Amino acid sequence: MPVNDYQAVMARKNEIMKKAVGINYEQFSQSEIAFDYELMMSEVGYQLSEIRNIQNETGVGNTPLLELKNITKLARKMAPPGKGARIFLKDEAANPSGSFKARRASVSVYHAQKHGYPGVVAATSGNYGAAVASQAAMRGLKSIIVQEVFDSRGQGQPEILEKGRKCEAYGAEVLQLSVGPELFYTFLRVLEDTGYFNASLYTPFGIAGVETLGYEIIEQLKEKEDKEPDAVIITNAGGGNLTGTTRGMIKAGAVNTEIIAASVDLSGLHMASDYDFNRKSFTTGHTGFGIPFATWPDRADVPYNAARALRYMDRYLTVKQGEVFYITEALAQIEGLERGPAGNTSLAAAFSLAQEMDEEQIIVVQETEYTGAGKHPYAQLNFARENGIIVKNGDPELEEAGKSVIIPEHPAQIKAKELDLDSIKLSYLKNLAKKADLKNINNFELEFIAAEIKKTVGEVKELLKQELKLAIDGG
Amino acid sequence: MNKATAGSWVEIFQTVLEADKRAPQVPDDTKKVPLELKVKGFLVEAAELGEEVEIKTFAGRKLKGKLNKIEPAYEHKFGRPILEILKVGPQIREILAENEVE
Repeated sequence: MPVNDYQAVMARKNEIMKKAVGINYEQFSQSEIAFDYELMMSEVGYQLSEIRNIQNETGVGNTPLLELKNITKLARKMAPPGKGARIFLKDEAANPSGSFKARRASVSVYHAQKHGYPGVVAATSGNYGAAVASQAAMRGLKSIIVQEVFDSRGQGQPEILEKGRKCEAYGAEVLQLSVGPELFYTFLRVLEDTGYFNASLYTPFGIAGVETLGYEIIEQLKEKEDKEPDAVIITNAGGGNLTGTTRGMIKAGAVNTEIIAASVDLSGLHMASDYDFNRKSFTTGHTGFGIPFATWPDRADVPYNAARALRYMDRYLTVKQGEVFYITEALAQIEGLERGPAGNTSLAAAFSLAQEMDEEQIIVVQETEYTGAGKHPYAQLNFARENGIIVKNGDPELEEAGKSVIIPEHPAQIKAKELDLDSIKLSYLKNLAKKADLKNINNFELEFIAAEIKKTVGEVKELLKQELKLAIDGG
Repeated sequence: MNKATAGSWVEIFQTVLEADKRAPQVPDDTKKVPLELKVKGFLVEAAELGEEVEIKTFAGRKLKGKLNKIEPAYEHKFGRPILEILKVGPQIREILAENEVE
């Protein structure tokens, strides 16, 4: 009988994981710091053409790319003359489970089926649970979803309650936990108990599944407009959406498109706090995941996270909760598309960004998600008020996460904020310095770090010297 | 309804980790409370609320816990309309119509 207290189970983590994902991650290790990312993606993953076939089997992907003519027109009303890029939207809500996460689940569930696993398990409070449950239902596998749902008062976040309902609708067993990072502990115990496949969000399977999204954007826009997008804007949380989409775009030949991350600004809220848990109106797509995962991807449930957003990100914008609710309503009212708020994070940022760009330019907003009870501005704003949050019209700039949600009085007040990407990259380096001794790194490792944060080796050396006071020899 | 017959759809409750057994990295407010779990399934034997019971989940697993709810409802909803949001549609239609020559 194994000992099941927290420390004992965590100590068995690597052994449990190895069995549950069937990947020997050690083969990709190159040093204490470096690992072969591309080898991991190509050896473990599937080719894009295979993935398209896998996704075709379960009706995933090939979602419409829609031009948002009225939202574009509205942005131009706010913009200086000649400005106001055309905004296109990839309507990912059209996937079987209602979000792009169906792509991410499709390959894992296919792989689990192929290798004879009786079921799949995923640790997620997001749309990914429904995606795994839906794909598992299609392929005749069992599914178990582990969610963080309620606080110590027993009060569930409406958006997560809806996601839990949807998982159960597809026949999943749903383990609903109170707040805390020990969700991972419960998850490990389920893997150990069942021998099911770990349909982690962060394996090469999951990320490769998203590559088709980027690929389709380029294909579809070329067909419609005979050009590549000038910018693609991607809601960022764990980084997999951005990583997979960009890799797919590169595979379709688009190397000059600017890759822009967008997250809801939840600064000041602690993600593992029982008190803060129900004081946010967004449970994903926010900075509470976006920044920690960008600056230390390997915090995930696998040894090497395949989602590595800083490798691909050119800019990082944030928007306020109130701004996203405003644009969600605008999308329904003038475009006739009622979609879930969290997925519209990048749309809110695009509305602001378009006003800086020329009229001839094109921005693609690369996802939407389904909406419904709980997962809707009304549900979230009623819930916010019940939890003592002030909801009012005003200047969204003044919104304070956990205290207020400020709905813009006018669309001109929707202004995405630019995060300093260099300081985020520096945080990555600082996190790396906590895990490994950077004093004696070699050129090979410098190249790895440079790729990790999309810098040159020279720039990395300079950052280490200036910011971390580490003089690097060699080369 | 305090009694459930065998085969009823129910929710059980477990304390997964007592407050003093929680992970070292959790913030102070979270450390004060236990980690709790709720899960739904079909009740194996008839029981009353609060009793230790066994359920069979959708995945076919047998799990034990305290009988917490019988036929647990999905209670999340849309709720009342929000005036601050209702104003958006008319406002942006008006902006779109400004200075438009048909």
